[in-house]
Amino acid sequence: MTALFDLKKVAKSFVKGKEKISIFDDLNMTIEEGDFVAIMGPSGSGKTTLLNMLGGVDQPTSGEVWFAGERIDSLSEGNLAKWRANNVGFIFQFYNLMPMLNAARNVELPLLLTKLSGKQRKKNVETALTLVELADRAKHMPSEMSGGQQQRVAIARAIVSDPKLLLCDEPTGDLDRATADEILKTLQLLNEKFNKTIVMVTHDPAAAKYAKRTLHLDKGEFVEEGMAA
Amino acid sequence: MGSVFSQTMAVIAMNIRSLPQRIWMSLAMILASAVVVAILLAFLAMAKGFEATLSSAGSDDVVIFMREGSAAELNSVISRDQVNLIEVAPGVMSDANGPVTSAELYVVVDGIKKSSNTEANIPLRGIQERGITMRDNVTITAGRMFTPGTNELIVGAGILQQFDGFELNANVRFGKNVWRVVGVFSSGGNVFESELWADAKVLQSLYNRGSSYQTMRAQLTSPGALETVRAYVENDPRLNLDVQTEANYFAAQGKQLGYMAIFGRTISIVMALGAIAGALNTMYTSVAERSAEIATLRAIGFSSLSAFAGTMVEALVLAAMGGVVGSVCAFMLFDGLNASTLGGSFTQVVFSFELSPDLFRQGAGFALAIGLISGFFPAWRAARMPVVAAFSKVA
Repeated sequence: MTALFDLKKVAKSFVKGKEKISIFDDLNMTIEEGDFVAIMGPSGSGKTTLLNMLGGVDQPTSGEVWFAGERIDSLSEGNLAKWRANNVGFIFQFYNLMPMLNAARNVELPLLLTKLSGKQRKKNVETALTLVELADRAKHMPSEMSGGQQQRVAIARAIVSDPKLLLCDEPTGDLDRATADEILKTLQLLNEKFNKTIVMVTHDPAAAKYAKRTLHLDKGEFVEEGMAA
Repeated sequence: MGSVFSQTMAVIAMNIRSLPQRIWMSLAMILASAVVVAILLAFLAMAKGFEATLSSAGSDDVVIFMREGSAAELNSVISRDQVNLIEVAPGVMSDANGPVTSAELYVVVDGIKKSSNTEANIPLRGIQERGITMRDNVTITAGRMFTPGTNELIVGAGILQQFDGFELNANVRFGKNVWRVVGVFSSGGNVFESELWADAKVLQSLYNRGSSYQTMRAQLTSPGALETVRAYVENDPRLNLDVQTEANYFAAQGKQLGYMAIFGRTISIVMALGAIAGALNTMYTSVAERSAEIATLRAIGFSSLSAFAGTMVEALVLAAMGGVVGSVCAFMLFDGLNASTLGGSFTQVVFSFELSPDLFRQGAGFALAIGLISGFFPAWRAARMPVVAAFSKVA
């Protein structure tokens, strides 16, 4: 495997009033291509901040973030947006679907940033929805679907433009156990069969078991690393 | 990278389609814009209608003589001798029946306004036979022309519409004199329809004017003959008169209500500031409610330009809808509405509100300005929204 992500001496802090709050001080981390990493830790440990930096939506105060040999922490905002469109699929805890668009239109959104024709976009959307077993719900609005179905639409949206990396922020945090397991199996399938690199932030140890390895963050440091059985 | 246009259009479409989710705030913005545009159009239509009523009365080849320094017909005096001199002036048209001129009297009488049941001034014009043919578009629409030498008068259509007691065959008392209405005339909606016309000689007699008149109209041999006539007047010391074309005279009178347009624009700008404050609130709320959507799109890779354009277009669409509603309301309520106000000779001028395409364009411009200003700052906020907001835990 080759390194997809390489974080070198990453620090992140912000100022609140007169106080400087440090989230990371000297974080080093490597994520290989095809990995499925679960990041766990108590609230305030910096999990989501780390995920945001990996996704190029937040910048480190110092240090370097490398992705597939390209340093991304110094990219401009516009270039970061292009980088995200080309490389990253996001899956959020509360799905973040557009309520005024049906499932197919939601899934199509990342493809509007490509040069694909309307016909090709439609074909890709069908493929993605079929992969998450929602082809028959393409015309349904988010309000007409269950939480699990909405999260599967969100997964279809994340993979439709075939990014290398999926970033999942508590993807099962709003779902019951059985539905959560279905979602996690889908993620596992995407990792194993389609070689998607997945980084998942979760509080749920049962969810973390679906990952290939688990990183525990506490006070901005990795304290223990566990490997899936 | 895909087309900036396609992503921008997608965001605009999403914003527009989500308007029903913010129906009351959206309606408030539409209403604010509509009220501003309707009020602006009402004032402008009033000013335009008044100006059109006066300016359409004037002709370029008819000159009007008044005493030097007189701003209006009411305070002018012209003697019989001066009338005689004007009739033979070079540049003044003559035909087989003599000079094409009309020496006229202009007195003020009272009438009762239908709208308020109060007294208001009406001009009673003593006119010569040639004075009627010199005026374009004058037609008797009911009854007949007055008979010279009698106490008969004809009433303008505007007077009949706005005042009580001037119906055909009615007897009207002004002071000690009783007049009989024998006809109704139209003059194409211009200021003459706000007048009563009678024989000038009768008026001279009943109002003790001797042989004097107040104004004199003369047909020019050509519009270019004005300077010839003016030189004639200036070189004869007996003619201490001002001379100008009828068109210029009424155009100057029409400007009197120009303050209405200025007042209307001022009021509208003040109201627009209020509307902008409300619209800003609407658009900031819209951005706040869509913050997760905006941030999600940005996280996916949509540009900040698309977020800006989406909010900007939403504001413009709402303001434009308000502009359309305001224009339609103004058209339905005001276009063709008859009203009367005090004219240059302290008499009532009956006029119609007039909404024209250029006024609608001004209304549309106002509405879009409201949308532009109220959309810009919220759109800027949308474009600068931190993408991490998409990750915030909002159920």
